[in-house]
Amino acid sequence: MSQRTPLSLARFWAIVTKEFIQMRRDRLTFGMIIGIPVVQLMLFGYAINGDPKHLPTALLLGDQSQQGRTLLTAMKNSDYFRFVTELHSEAEAEEALARGDVQFIITIPENFSHTLLRGERPTLLVEADATDPSATGNAIASLRTLIDSSLRQDMKGTLAFLAPGVPPIDLRVHARYNPEGISQYNIVPGLMGVVLTMTMVMITGLAITRERERGTMENLLSMPTRPLEVLLGKIIPYIFVGYIQVGLILVAARFLFHVPMAGSIPLLLLTSLIFIAANLAMGITFSTLAKNQLQAVQMTFFFFLPSLLLSGFMFPFRGMPEWAQMIGEVLPLTHFLRIIRGILLKGNGIHEVRGELWPILLFTTVVLTIGVKRYRKTLD
Amino acid sequence: MNDDFAIDVRGMTKRFGDHTVVNGIALQVRRGEVYGFLGPNGSGKTTFIRMLCGLLAADAGEGHCLGFDVIRESELIKRQVGYMTQRFSFYEDLSIAENLDFVARMYEVPERKKVVRESIDRLGLGGRQRQLAGELSGGWKQRLALAACLIHGPSLLLLDEPTAGVDPKARRDFWEQIHQLAVQGLTFLITTHYMDEAERCDRLAYLSYGNLLTNGTAAEVVAQSGLTTWTVSGPDLPHIAQQLRSAPGVLQAVPFGTTMHVSGTDGERLTRAIAPYRTEAYRWQPITPSLEDVFIHLMGSSKDNYSP
Repeated sequence: MSQRTPLSLARFWAIVTKEFIQMRRDRLTFGMIIGIPVVQLMLFGYAINGDPKHLPTALLLGDQSQQGRTLLTAMKNSDYFRFVTELHSEAEAEEALARGDVQFIITIPENFSHTLLRGERPTLLVEADATDPSATGNAIASLRTLIDSSLRQDMKGTLAFLAPGVPPIDLRVHARYNPEGISQYNIVPGLMGVVLTMTMVMITGLAITRERERGTMENLLSMPTRPLEVLLGKIIPYIFVGYIQVGLILVAARFLFHVPMAGSIPLLLLTSLIFIAANLAMGITFSTLAKNQLQAVQMTFFFFLPSLLLSGFMFPFRGMPEWAQMIGEVLPLTHFLRIIRGILLKGNGIHEVRGELWPILLFTTVVLTIGVKRYRKTLD
Repeated sequence: MNDDFAIDVRGMTKRFGDHTVVNGIALQVRRGEVYGFLGPNGSGKTTFIRMLCGLLAADAGEGHCLGFDVIRESELIKRQVGYMTQRFSFYEDLSIAENLDFVARMYEVPERKKVVRESIDRLGLGGRQRQLAGELSGGWKQRLALAACLIHGPSLLLLDEPTAGVDPKARRDFWEQIHQLAVQGLTFLITTHYMDEAERCDRLAYLSYGNLLTNGTAAEVVAQSGLTTWTVSGPDLPHIAQQLRSAPGVLQAVPFGTTMHVSGTDGERLTRAIAPYRTEAYRWQPITPSLEDVFIHLMGSSKDNYSP
């Protein structure tokens, strides 16, 4: 064949064949090519819902009247509110909201129906956990029309005089923790968790595969080393790196984005340690599973994607279907987001935060156990 | 268990899948001995060494290494063994001093700082101690690797092709050092492909496809081979080599520089085979076979365990 032909079919085909052979040998990459679109389709198609419904709502009833019940039924029928519990004091309500057990608290005051019937416009108080403004926005927007139309049904006959003109009820919505609905307040603290997840898992993911690839693993294993020494020894330096990131983001949050910092910063730093450790454990375990650095990066990506999408960082957690929430509950980022938003925006203390810590600790323990088990003390 | 032996193992076997890489090898190495481990690539030398120092779990085998059970006590063996890998396996992004210090810490060497400093001085690495290991030439990397293997004062050194890719001068210096250390009581198991190095070993073993084919001193190995060898010099050797190889009684005709070694196991048939070529133009002389003749013979007569 002439040297000047721009394309030799035989050579071109040889390269195509070689690429296919290599693709077939590299199972993990191939798995990702298939897996990522499937995962993304499932997540974006089913899990992610920008208009969350059935938000858990608590009731504080001061009045057991017909009108009150009508209102509640209408709210329930709107699909936005799901009444999960009835509370008996302001303090209880405060705590439920702080812990994030409920999204809304509806307070129907004493003498609600009495005041209503006298035409004196009783107050209906709706308190919303507005740390994530997108989670509550639509529900709140629907409230006013909801109330008007439902009461109109009741206000016939002798009560018809109440119907027209000014609304018969003084609806007060308190968007708690983030009254102006500034989304940065929600995103910037969350970003801390996202950044830590990405970098911590990746850095440690490379830690052991790098030794394997450079051949230094053989040397390390020929020395009297124990798995825990190697694994922990590789984790500790990155805790330091993690704290640098935490510091950077906190400073930016405070001075660039003016995120309120209602809670204790030392508590935040302490909980960050647990979260960093969880991600490092994940990374080091990937490192023992992966054959080379590329695989470690791929595994990181596979972990990062659901963390980003299912943790409540990008989309309201309560907008996801149950199965997606269950996956989300396993991920450390989900719990860390609740912790950090709780501390910074709600001013939560250890008491409210405690419940989110143990799932992270459990995750760390399980993952690290797998890592220690999988760490091969020989080259077999 | 015999205390005279640094290595005394039997039946050492390693399989990868259904492919036996090391097949029931027995080896005895006396304390203070420099033992050469020879054989073609893929013959199982590295695998055997890795089993000795606990880097690979043996599928079968028993015996002792430095008085410890070779299967069950590999953690204790590791502490007294220095293993120099075939490929440079120290940290290229650490300096010479940092690498040595790391190794010393791993072995919990007492008076670490002093030991590391002495090691650097002894090897003449003083001026380069801050240089990154990755920037060193092959010869210097090898020096560093040896120094690192010695830092915890091991009594057995397993060196896997320590002189591959090293220039002749550095190679000589290296062997000089090995013999000095052996005099002090260190035991060496060294794999090599170089015949001159093999001849400098006290004893040798030859492996092929996982089997130990022969062992002993160089002279014993030659004697055991039962080979008769003639050397020939003259014109157009490749041409007669081709004819000789198909002659009955000739096992091999191997060029050695400007001469050629012709060998066979039956002396008389060999003499008859070369008779037609003993003309004016050629100088024939019976010689003692060299180690290389023997090894080429062994390599040719063993069978690949991948073939059916």
